[in-house]
Amino acid sequence: MEPNRPTRLPAAGIHEIAARLGPIFWLAVIWLAMVLFAAVTAGYWPVPPPDRMDWAQLGAAPGAPLTPAGTPSAENPQAGGAAHWLGTDTMGRDMVARLIFGARVSLAVSICSPAIGFLVGGLLGCLAGYYRGRLDAGIVATMDVILAFPGLVLLLVIRFYLGASLTNLILILGFLTIPAFSRVARAKTLGLTELEFVQAARLTGAGHLSILVREILPNVVIPLAVYALLVAAFMIMAEGALSFLGLGVPPPTASWGGMIAEGREALDTAPHVSLIPAGVMFLTVLALNLIGDGLRSLLEGRAHP
Amino acid sequence: MTATWGEHLLVTHLGRKLLRLLLVVLAVTAVTFLMVHLLPGDVAYTIGGETATADDIRAIREALGLDRSMLAQYRSWLGRLVHGDLGRSYLTGEPVLQAILSRLPVTLELLVISQLLALALALPAALICAYRSGSHVDRLISTGGFATLSIPSFVMALLTIYLFSVKLRWLPATGYTPLQAGVWANLKSFVLPALSIALIEWVVLMRVLRSDLITTLQQHYILMAKAKGLPPWRILLLHALRPSAFTMLTVMGLQVGRLLGEAVIVETLFALPGMGRLLVTAIYARDHLMVQGCVLVISIGYVTVNSAVDMLYTLLDPRIRREAAVGT
Amino acid sequence: MSPPRSTPLLAIGDLSVALPAMQGCVRAVDGVTLSVTAGQAVGLVGESGCGKSMLAKALMGLLPREAEIGPTSQIHFDGRPLLALSPRERRTITGRKMAMVFQDPMTALNPVMRVGRQISEVLRHHLGLDRRAARQRALALLRQVGVSMPRRRLDHYPHQLSGGLRQRVAIAIALACGPRLLIADEPTTALDVTVQAGILDLLARCQKAQAMAMLLISHDLGVVAGRTQRTAVMYAGRILELAPTRKLFGKPRLPYTRALLDAMPRLANPPRTPLKAIGGQPPDMTHLPPGCAFAPRCRWARGRCRVETPPLESGRGGDHDHRVACWYPLEGA
Repeated sequence: MEPNRPTRLPAAGIHEIAARLGPIFWLAVIWLAMVLFAAVTAGYWPVPPPDRMDWAQLGAAPGAPLTPAGTPSAENPQAGGAAHWLGTDTMGRDMVARLIFGARVSLAVSICSPAIGFLVGGLLGCLAGYYRGRLDAGIVATMDVILAFPGLVLLLVIRFYLGASLTNLILILGFLTIPAFSRVARAKTLGLTELEFVQAARLTGAGHLSILVREILPNVVIPLAVYALLVAAFMIMAEGALSFLGLGVPPPTASWGGMIAEGREALDTAPHVSLIPAGVMFLTVLALNLIGDGLRSLLEGRAHP
Repeated sequence: MTATWGEHLLVTHLGRKLLRLLLVVLAVTAVTFLMVHLLPGDVAYTIGGETATADDIRAIREALGLDRSMLAQYRSWLGRLVHGDLGRSYLTGEPVLQAILSRLPVTLELLVISQLLALALALPAALICAYRSGSHVDRLISTGGFATLSIPSFVMALLTIYLFSVKLRWLPATGYTPLQAGVWANLKSFVLPALSIALIEWVVLMRVLRSDLITTLQQHYILMAKAKGLPPWRILLLHALRPSAFTMLTVMGLQVGRLLGEAVIVETLFALPGMGRLLVTAIYARDHLMVQGCVLVISIGYVTVNSAVDMLYTLLDPRIRREAAVGT
Repeated sequence: MSPPRSTPLLAIGDLSVALPAMQGCVRAVDGVTLSVTAGQAVGLVGESGCGKSMLAKALMGLLPREAEIGPTSQIHFDGRPLLALSPRERRTITGRKMAMVFQDPMTALNPVMRVGRQISEVLRHHLGLDRRAARQRALALLRQVGVSMPRRRLDHYPHQLSGGLRQRVAIAIALACGPRLLIADEPTTALDVTVQAGILDLLARCQKAQAMAMLLISHDLGVVAGRTQRTAVMYAGRILELAPTRKLFGKPRLPYTRALLDAMPRLANPPRTPLKAIGGQPPDMTHLPPGCAFAPRCRWARGRCRVETPPLESGRGGDHDHRVACWYPLEGA
């Protein structure tokens, strides 16, 4: 019961932890692993290329057969598989292909952007919480100014000035997560510096750098990483919203938000064009939220909700 | 004596918050000013657009005072800002402030209606969940709420369109009727947009209210109310709800910022002529001064609302009130 | 002198209440049988945690949801079986014919509701009075319980009142509908010593004036003395001694009661008489010993006490009024 070092994973066996997280958690992990696998192997799937338009099959229902007609390069029409398993979008492009290539965008954003926020925001937060004083006040004030703009509005505007590309998108989204990460890291660090083992380290004459690296960072990294999962879920939604407004990755690159937007006009005739990517996005966001929430309860030693 | 001391502390505290708000607002104006002036290339050309004539460019240069130092430019821009001059749209020639003011009521109406709808959903759900906490109903609603938070707002908007306008054909998906054309018709054009915001927002309110209600229901005065022989609904509504609603009302205020973001999407999707749509249209059209004006107004509104809620919270915080009461 | 022995107003029969605990469950109330005649004041005395509050909550129907009442338990009030009633029927009795005053007046009143409304609410709900009539009645009630400036107090919030005043308001709420039974659960424990006697005398006065029965619960024998006709002593969920209050004080037969009396300061004692604390710890309700629960702390305990649980019986002298649950009751003082 004497917690010298807090927020380490409980010293229970792997099996016990696995059981405590519950089956829903593991279903979420499996779904995420599948999405990741699909995104990595997207080029090798037996489906038509994501930008090939099948003019005879505009907005075709799931399971529609592939037709060679209208394909711009008809040299080998069967190369892309046997059927449009999830149908085609309003421009006759294969849904499966666009979904798995769209997963690349979503995952790139949800991995890289939080990573930027994690590194920069985490570091700033730790420094602010550890050194306090003017440095702290300055960092907090800067973050307050960033937070003074409603997130999505700032996103739209920066995106407007910087122009459209996946790299820009990742950088902007990453920049916007810095305040949130720094707040979490700062709060954790503030709590830690009060604790005995940090005080003890200081008394034994350890330098600031050594205390930060050895005592503070290890204890901040894990909760911050769990927080990053929740941010990643939010990033997918934000990228989707931008693409939905036509301000995300430029076409014809497939992205889930863009797919949902394209199907908007055909909701009455071909609802699957919007609803399938919407469902995939929902499940992915939900999976990230479930995993983040499960790990957080585990860290905090609470019972699973 | 203690009360005056407490009041003194309170005033100092509020004063500090007010000062902080002013500084943040100033920083916001600086950032939005820089947004336009740090554009790559000649600002006048960027603002004027590709069709600008040499005269136009000269006019813009003069209007913006581009030959002076950045600080001087900022100062004069700020001066004009204080007088409500945000420049003119290079697309329509309309004064930016006037365009914003004409769109603002639509966004405000959308926000108010969606918050009310969210409250109407959250209130009964939280009461049921808290009264029967741990039951199947509670777990069902709480889990459903958790899942709902994973639905992006534009997907929720799409789902409401799909359900209510494509499948059930109750309401048209787009179209806006101004208030002058009849209150009822006007409200009708807000139903789906507000619903698509409220269907997510209620979860946030429900979670806060539920947890506060559960704490309140363990208080002695609830036991006392039961000992009076009052029926459960009366205890929940008259005795438990009011002391529990405080945090939720604060959250409602703080959510305004997030909802402004949602409004951008929802207004675009439902073709509502609000601030959000104005901003997105301006972005598409590269109408710089309009973008700048929108960002400025939205952000200042956002920080002001947040600070106001924060200060109200301090003023109304039961602990502070109690301390003052003990002092008298 | 004793009231007619027809049906008592309140008849508790073999009442048991079990609460789930960390390990297994706790029998907070264990086979309590007790009756209260109309107009009579009965004291219920025991250390904290002995189950007396749980007993009061069971009577009022305020047990937590996870509490379980034993299958053979019965509570009859005014001839009606309370445990067999639906919650809705039960609520027509609770707060109207049977009311309760709680221990801590600081937390028992709703902090965000005016005092007047907290009183008139009961009147409007149970008696169907309109707003004006309820307010008039609330004013009269505040006067009756001795609140000064009652008209102003009606519009006050609880935090504007002192502890003693708040308890008077709580009593006014309890008395509002003219109950036939008032349960007062440690009504003065949370109050300043200076106002305790005032509150207790108010309760006794109201009880006599309205010919109302009262169950006065306390950990302090001194509170019960002189204000009740009969007194029950509770220990570890059971009633171990039940006697007319005067007899109980004069000639206690239960070693535990004797120990409680010895621990009380008395004017009759010569100066510098040391007070005797009761040795040992109050019982751990999750691990009760077999036999008499008081045996581990009892000076007179013998082998049988640690094996068999003694029943609550009238004494050998044919004294029906004085019942004790002890294998070796004390003879004479």
